[in-house]
Amino acid sequence: MPQLSMRDAINQALHQEMERDSRVIVLGEDVSGGAGGTSGEREASGGIFGVTKGLLPRFGAGRVIDTPISESAIIGAAAGAALAGLRPVAELMFADFVGVCMDQIYNQVAKFRYMFGGKSTCPLVIRMAMGAGMNMGAQHSQAIYGLLTAIPGLKVVVPSNARDAKGLLIEAIRDDDPVVFFEHKALYPRKAEVPQEPYRVRFGEASLVREGSDATVVAIGRMVVFAEKALDALARDGISCDLIDPRSTSPLDEETILESLDSTGRLVVVDESPPRCSVAADIAALAATRGFSSLRAPVMQITAPHTPVPFSPALERAYVPGPQRIEAAVRQLVGTTR
Amino acid sequence: MQLDQARLLEIYRRMQTIREFEERLHVEIATGEIPGFTHLYAGQEAVAVGVCAELTDEDYIVSTHRGHGHCIAKGCDVPGMMLEIYGRRGGLCKGKGGSMHIADFDKGMLGANAIVGGGPPLAVGAAIACQLRRAGGGAGRVSVAFGGDGSCNQGTVFEAMNLAVVLGVPAIFVFENNGYSEHTGADYAVGSKDITARSAAFGMPAERVDGSDFFAVHAAMQRALTRARSGGGPSTIEAMTTRFYGHFEGDPQNYRAKGEVEQQRATMDCLKRFRAAVTAGGCITAAELATIDREVHEQIDAAVRAARAAPMPSEADLTSDVYISY
Ligand SMILES: Cc1ncc(C[n+]2csc(CCOP(=O)(O)OP(=O)(O)O)c2C)c(N)n1
Ligand SMILES: [Mg+2]
Repeated sequence: MPQLSMRDAINQALHQEMERDSRVIVLGEDVSGGAGGTSGEREASGGIFGVTKGLLPRFGAGRVIDTPISESAIIGAAAGAALAGLRPVAELMFADFVGVCMDQIYNQVAKFRYMFGGKSTCPLVIRMAMGAGMNMGAQHSQAIYGLLTAIPGLKVVVPSNARDAKGLLIEAIRDDDPVVFFEHKALYPRKAEVPQEPYRVRFGEASLVREGSDATVVAIGRMVVFAEKALDALARDGISCDLIDPRSTSPLDEETILESLDSTGRLVVVDESPPRCSVAADIAALAATRGFSSLRAPVMQITAPHTPVPFSPALERAYVPGPQRIEAAVRQLVGTTR
Repeated sequence: MQLDQARLLEIYRRMQTIREFEERLHVEIATGEIPGFTHLYAGQEAVAVGVCAELTDEDYIVSTHRGHGHCIAKGCDVPGMMLEIYGRRGGLCKGKGGSMHIADFDKGMLGANAIVGGGPPLAVGAAIACQLRRAGGGAGRVSVAFGGDGSCNQGTVFEAMNLAVVLGVPAIFVFENNGYSEHTGADYAVGSKDITARSAAFGMPAERVDGSDFFAVHAAMQRALTRARSGGGPSTIEAMTTRFYGHFEGDPQNYRAKGEVEQQRATMDCLKRFRAAVTAGGCITAAELATIDREVHEQIDAAVRAARAAPMPSEADLTSDVYISY
């Protein structure tokens, strides 16, 4: 099976879906680049991370739309196009720019189907690059999936690897609801085996990445990669854990988490966001309510601190939850309650 | 306004400091030692310095992701900036901000902004403060919003410009039209292709100037300042300029014609033009400028060496300067 980076897997999903369905369009800033430039090179970038490369030459400027820097208009126009029968994939260059167009996302897109009594669908995908770890500073590094997970009417997807990313994006494009699709910048170059043919990964179906008996670790996005590292270290000392990647935070696969918790009795949740009102807090609340009788120890939340993302590498390293913190949490949890 | 010899030398020093700072960063970034991504201001120096030359520390500016030039022009501490860009202890923002978030409130520098269009509304707010202070008997201070050609397509900028006109506040919108927003040409993204006319349509004086001509920028700013300081309300200046490097360091610039930068360096270099203008007037010699060049080179070199040797912030800084409830 071919090894693809997450960047290329997403790119392949976009190509295949645009090929399959002429209603699929892509719009965003510099998705091809080169519009109005002086080189005559019409696709001058293919997105600043290269994710949308090749789309413009293949599908043309009618369906691959470079926009001015106007996030509210990008999301609003994509939503209007969705109401009018297209299936747009809008791109926000960085997830942080949600701040500019939040009204379009949460007062418009998220509410149409319900507010109009089920008369409309809004089959829109909003892709965005997120996450800390590359010293991009406070306004280009946030992991804000929790913020959007809190909004009724949106589906929220956070892939942790190339293979899931492709299947989840195809699912997102075919879904009739608006889907927010978070791509961690640090995962773009990471490779995995990705089938060539199109396939779907259903929302609300978590992936059981590792199986074990001492604790359940639930990790989101890039945190799955770090949790695997931590589990490798723990395995050397005979500690084994279930590792669950929810893949979508809305809908959330509660059953898989609860079943695992029932067998291990211990839960660690790893989330790159700050702790308050977060996905970590949400999953901890699930354990404290529906999973209460399974718990043999307090739930541990490994999150970023309640601060903006700092720039300096020394500070950013301390900000991002890493393998060592996950490992220490599991050791503490297992050690004190064995 | 006539600028005397001492002022001209000071202006040259500012412009040359920006150029040297950015050219040096270009070299140092290639070593991989500078974290994050950096947007260099080289090529646009006459705009920052022309706009800031007659501002005081009590006048405000808000800046952009491409903000080093604005900072230096407004008088920010250069070694402190370098420390910040390296993410080191002692940086102007303790290493927490980085290249895109330098601020120096003592100098009226209200912060660079990595959200395109984030700054202009803030500048209008600062202009409201200026207006109130003037009404209370204070001096007429102003607030300047720097932005690029790309920023002028952001709704927040439209709102800010209209609000400034509605309130008649001393805000000055400076659009640095360097022809590109990232990899997209301004001739594509600015629908009317005319930022000046668009600004004027909001109901304020707006003029387009040659941004590689310091004296043209300075004169336009004089007109805007005279209006703003005397209660005449907001203005817009669109400065036509160019950037000598990519959007950020590492940008392959496939959207630019081959030789474009070289040609612009030859014909649109604001420092070359400034040198030619002041030495032709006879009041300043090439030797005097060369002395400044040497001093600036040494200053930047010292700043880089100090930044490279400086310690990283301490981990305690991670959770300071913010309310943490638990
Ligand atoms: C809200 C928002 N959208 C997009 C970006 C990404 N971005 C950063 S700079 C830039 C281009 C800005 O162009 P312009 O305003 O002309 O300034 P220049 O870079 O030319 O100085 C873009 C699209 C951003 N930082 N913020
Ligand atoms: Mg520009």
